[in-house]
Amino acid sequence: MKVVLRNLTKKFPSRDKKNKADVIAVNNFDFEIPDGKLIGLLGPSGCGKSTTLNLISGLEKPTEGQVFFGEDDVTGLPPEHRGIGLVFQNYALYPHLTVRQNILFPLENLKGKDKLSKAEMLEKAMEAAKLVQIDELMERKPGELSGGQQQRVAIARALVKRPRVLLLDEPLSNLDARLRLQTREEIKRIQKETGITTIFVTHDQEEAMSISDMIVVMKDGMVQQIGRPQEVYDSPANLFVAKFLGTPPINVFQGQVKGGTLYLDKDPVLEVSGAADGPVCAGVRPEGFLLRKDGTLGCELSGVEVMGRDISVVASNKASMMPTIRAIIGAENLAEISADASQVRFCLKPNKVFLFHPETEERILFEVVK
Amino acid sequence: MQKNIQKEKQSQSTGTTLSPNTSRKAGFFRCFSRCKGWLYLLPAMLFLGFFMVYPLIDVFVYSFEEGYNSASQTYFGTGTYNYSYVLHDPYFLQALKNTFLLVIITVPLSTGIALLISVGLNSIKPLRDFLQTVYFLPYVTNTLAVGLVFMILFKKTAYSDGLVNLLIQWFGGKSVDFISGPYWAKMFVLCFYTIWVVMPFKILILTSALASVNRDYYKAAQVDGTSKFRTFMRITLPMISPMIFYLVITGFIGAFKAYSDAVALFGTDLNAAGMNTIVGYVYDMLYGDSGGYPSYASAAAILLFAIVLTITCINLLISKKNVHY
Repeated sequence: MKVVLRNLTKKFPSRDKKNKADVIAVNNFDFEIPDGKLIGLLGPSGCGKSTTLNLISGLEKPTEGQVFFGEDDVTGLPPEHRGIGLVFQNYALYPHLTVRQNILFPLENLKGKDKLSKAEMLEKAMEAAKLVQIDELMERKPGELSGGQQQRVAIARALVKRPRVLLLDEPLSNLDARLRLQTREEIKRIQKETGITTIFVTHDQEEAMSISDMIVVMKDGMVQQIGRPQEVYDSPANLFVAKFLGTPPINVFQGQVKGGTLYLDKDPVLEVSGAADGPVCAGVRPEGFLLRKDGTLGCELSGVEVMGRDISVVASNKASMMPTIRAIIGAENLAEISADASQVRFCLKPNKVFLFHPETEERILFEVVK
Repeated sequence: MQKNIQKEKQSQSTGTTLSPNTSRKAGFFRCFSRCKGWLYLLPAMLFLGFFMVYPLIDVFVYSFEEGYNSASQTYFGTGTYNYSYVLHDPYFLQALKNTFLLVIITVPLSTGIALLISVGLNSIKPLRDFLQTVYFLPYVTNTLAVGLVFMILFKKTAYSDGLVNLLIQWFGGKSVDFISGPYWAKMFVLCFYTIWVVMPFKILILTSALASVNRDYYKAAQVDGTSKFRTFMRITLPMISPMIFYLVITGFIGAFKAYSDAVALFGTDLNAAGMNTIVGYVYDMLYGDSGGYPSYASAAAILLFAIVLTITCINLLISKKNVHY
C-alpha cells in the first residue's frame, strides 16, 4: 500500500504569550511513499517527524492537506479505520496483561463481520508472535521482559491485524547499543517478510541509513531531501543534510571560488568548473581526503587515532568552520605520517567535496574535472 | 611508593600497640552498628507501644473480666460473659445492623460515584480546576456547618418540613420525617450524609490516579479500535486498581468506625433514635447515660476489631487477583 502525502500541513497554536504565531510542525509535505518499502523519517528533535507519523496514523488531524493510502483518501478517517499498526516509542504494552493478551487485544476489538472466533484469534496471535520470535514468552507480563523483547511484543501487537501500513515511532531509542543493531536488522527482516509498507521515525542517521529503502530528511517541519540513503549521502541537497548524515560528520570549510578553482585559506585545492565566483561553504566528507606529500591542502596535525582498519587523522585548518577536521584514511597510509610531523598535506576526492551557498546553504553544483 | 609502605607499617604498629583497649571499643561499636536500625525505630516503637499496643491488649483483657469497675479496679471473675451479654443486647444488634447497612451501601456507592465524577473531570478541559475545587469543598467544610445544612435539607420543624420535603410535596408526594421518622428514611439520610462526606477525598485520589495513566495506552487502544467502554474496563480500571483498592479498604474501615456522622444528624441519644453504630455503642457503654460498663464496651470493641480484620483480610484476598501493581 503506497502512502501519499498531499500538501500536508500541521500547525499548533502557540502557547507563547509574546509570540502568537502558530507553530508549524509540518510544513507542506508533498511526497509519495512507494508500496512495500521501509521508509525512515529522519531529523533532529523537534523537526516534526513524530507529528508526521501521527498525521499518517490519524492521531492528529492535519491543518491542511490530505493523506492517501493507495487510492483511498484517509484524511478524515479516525485511526481505527485506517488499517494501521503503530508501535510507540515506549511500546505502550498494557502492563497488567500477558504477552498473549496484549497481542490478542486488537483482535478482540473486531466487531460485526470481522469478528473472529477464539481459535482464529489465538492462531493469528501465535503467527504474529512467531514472526517476531517471541512465541515462547506468551504467558509472561511485559514487566518480565527485556527491552528488546518488549519491542518485539509491541511489533507483534501492531502486526496482528495485518495493517496496511506499519508505523514505528523511534523504535530503537529505548534499547542499548547492542540490541539496537540486532533489532534494526530484525525490523528490516520483518518488513521484508510481511511486505507491509513501513514508516519509522528516528533521529539517528546511522539507523535510518542502514535499514531504510528510502529516507526523508527533515528539519524545522520542512522536508530537506528524499531519496535512497546512499543517494542522499552522496549528493546532499543542502548543508544541513550534508552535516546531518555521516559519522564522523562532514568537515565544513569557508572557501572561495575564483575562476573555477576552489580556494581554502589561499590553498587552491580543487578545480570546480561551473561554480560561480564568490564565497562558498565547502563540505568534505572524512573519507574524501587523500594523504599526499604534494597535497594541495595543508593542515596542522593534532593527532592520529588508530582504529584498526582505518586511521582517523585529526588536524586543524584556518579555513575550517570547526576547531578540528577529521579525515578517515586507510591504515596502510599510517607510515606516511612520521612520528614527529606537525603538518600533513591532503588531496581531495572531487566526488566527496560539496559546495554550498554560504547564506541559503543550498548546494552549488560543479562539474568534476578529471 | 616507599612512603606508602612506610605509612602502612606505621599504621600496623600503632594498631598492634593499641589493640587491648580498642578491641573493647570495637566490640561496642559493632554492637552499636548492629542495633542502629532498632535505635532509630525506638521513639516510634515506644510511642506506638504505649498508645496503641498496650491499650489494645488492655481492652482485650478487660473484655474477659466480668463486672470490671474502673474506679476500684476490681472484677468478679473471668469468662466470656461480656461477649454473651453484648451479643444478646438488642441495642448492640441494632448497632451492628446499622453499621453493616451503612458499610454495604456507602462504600460501593461512594467509590463508584467518585469514580464516575473523576472520569468526567478527567475528560473535560474547561472548568476542570474549578469543578475539582467544588468537589473538594466538603472535605474542608466544618462538620457542624455540614450538619446545619443537612438539617435545613431534611429536618422537620414547627415552621418548615425541610427543603427535601418541600420538593417531595411539590412533586405531589407525602412528606417524610427524615430525622425522627421511619427507619429507612433515617438510614437514607445517614447514608447520603456519609457518601457526601467521604466523596471529596476519593475524587481527589482518583482524579490524580487517572491523570497519571500514560496517554500512550489510550492512543494505542484508539489505534486498535477499542470502544470507550472496553478501554475503561480493560485499561483504565486495571491501571488505577491499586488506588481503588486503597479507597475500598480505607472506606470499609472508616464506615465500620462511623459514629460522629450519626451524632451530627440524630443527636447523642442514638439508641433511642435506633440509629446507633458499633462505635456509638462502645461510647455509650463507657460514658453514655446508661454507661459505666468498660467490660461490655471492651467486648464490643473487640468484636468490631474482629469484624474489621475479617473484612480487610477478605479484601486483601480478592485484591490479589484483581489489583495490578
